[in-house]
Amino acid sequence: MADAIRVENLFKSFGRFEVLKGVSLTARKGDVVAIIGGSGSGKSTMLRCINYLETPTAGKIIIDGEEIKRRADGSPAERRQIERIRTQLAMVFQQFNLWTHRTLLENIIEVPVHVLGQSRAQATERAVELLQRVGLGDKMKSFPAQLSGGQQQRAAIARALAVDPKAMLFDEPTSALDPELVGEVLNVIRDLAAEGRTMILVTHEMKFAREVATHVIYLYQGRIEEQGPPAELFGDPKSERLQQFLRTVA
Amino acid sequence: MSDLLELLGLGQAAELLSLSPPGWGRNLLVGLSRSLQIAAGAFGLGLLIGLLGAYGKLHGGKITRDLLAIYTTVIRAVPELVLILILYYVGTDLVNKASAALGGGPVEISGIAAGIWVLGVVQGAYATEVLRGAIQAIPPGQVEAARAFGMPGWTILRRVTIPAMMAFAVPGLANLWLIATKDTALLAVVGFSELTLETRQAASSTRAYFTFFMAAGALYLMVTLLSGALFARLEKWARRGQPSLKGGAR
Repeated sequence: MADAIRVENLFKSFGRFEVLKGVSLTARKGDVVAIIGGSGSGKSTMLRCINYLETPTAGKIIIDGEEIKRRADGSPAERRQIERIRTQLAMVFQQFNLWTHRTLLENIIEVPVHVLGQSRAQATERAVELLQRVGLGDKMKSFPAQLSGGQQQRAAIARALAVDPKAMLFDEPTSALDPELVGEVLNVIRDLAAEGRTMILVTHEMKFAREVATHVIYLYQGRIEEQGPPAELFGDPKSERLQQFLRTVA
Repeated sequence: MSDLLELLGLGQAAELLSLSPPGWGRNLLVGLSRSLQIAAGAFGLGLLIGLLGAYGKLHGGKITRDLLAIYTTVIRAVPELVLILILYYVGTDLVNKASAALGGGPVEISGIAAGIWVLGVVQGAYATEVLRGAIQAIPPGQVEAARAFGMPGWTILRRVTIPAMMAFAVPGLANLWLIATKDTALLAVVGFSELTLETRQAASSTRAYFTFFMAAGALYLMVTLLSGALFARLEKWARRGQPSLKGGAR
């Protein structure tokens, strides 16, 4: 069985600044890979390269056995391929990025109806289920700006689930939230991990990473400094930098 | 009633403005309707040019951007009266030359079509800038979320960019519409019988300058007031889901 996500020897530079210096990652189906590291370590960039929101300078991205084809300049060679793969990799953003001019329900059915070609009735039925599941059954007609950050992020997770993704990419999903709202979002993500969804999670929540991740990667200045099962990485870190990092965030 | 009008010296005015001959009211209304047709056509053409222009300025290659910069700069620098004379005579000349080249005779160009083309080209330059600013005001996360979910470029434009920019574009577009209604008066110089020219003819035939120009002024004012109310509603709709701000269209 093909791995859900493989990243091989990824490099990314912004101008002269090299953010990623050859990082690799493998997520088998059902894996929850947590990427941790200080600010500027390249963890968000690494995640955003997986669905080509950032164009890698070099390296391979292979989704469910299919390599994303690239041109000489690194950009995706086939627009249709990258669009299709993106629909299989649902993303949840730090700033939620719900479409502000649409209600929650409209946000959730947007991609199923206008990208995947589902019928409105079918998409709506599923959207209602998903919104109820994330505890927003009574907010379907609300606009994002009328909700708290935690509610918006839960809605964003419902939007991601609505495309039935092969894997989910979480880019610091709780970093923009007030502390008292973090828990409600983590609970939703925890449930998803428990049902065996493949996820890549960039996070600052160490306790949470330790609890839900099957594999943890510590990035330092664009390189993987240390990686392993969470119990090992958090319980017995080998690298001095990781030890120091864990002391500062604890 | 008629005694009262007589007393105020308005009996004659009412007669002059009556809809049936010898009154000139019908002529004024026909002129108004032509003015509105041209304004609507020019506004629509301007929007189309503006949308393409804004996209070209934001995402086009160097040559596209340079050409658009020349277009918006020249059109906005030259007085509209001069532009109308240039575009009208150049436009009709070109059409006739093209027709002659194809072996046809001189072509009768409808005044309305010529008026729409001339004012539309002018409107397009301003609309390009209004829409470019509005597109740039969209939070980048809105489009990024659409890309991350695999939306094709055309769908993003239709489903995300245009609705999201409307909130920022409507006030500027309302201005453009009002300018369009009044710029139609400039078409009088090329002999197109819109409201202003009809008014002048009525006034000079009857020597009742004050009456007719006041009447025309009142008609222009009515158009403006009505447009203001419509655009206020449009703005309210375009801003749906946005946090409310103080002050609206007016």
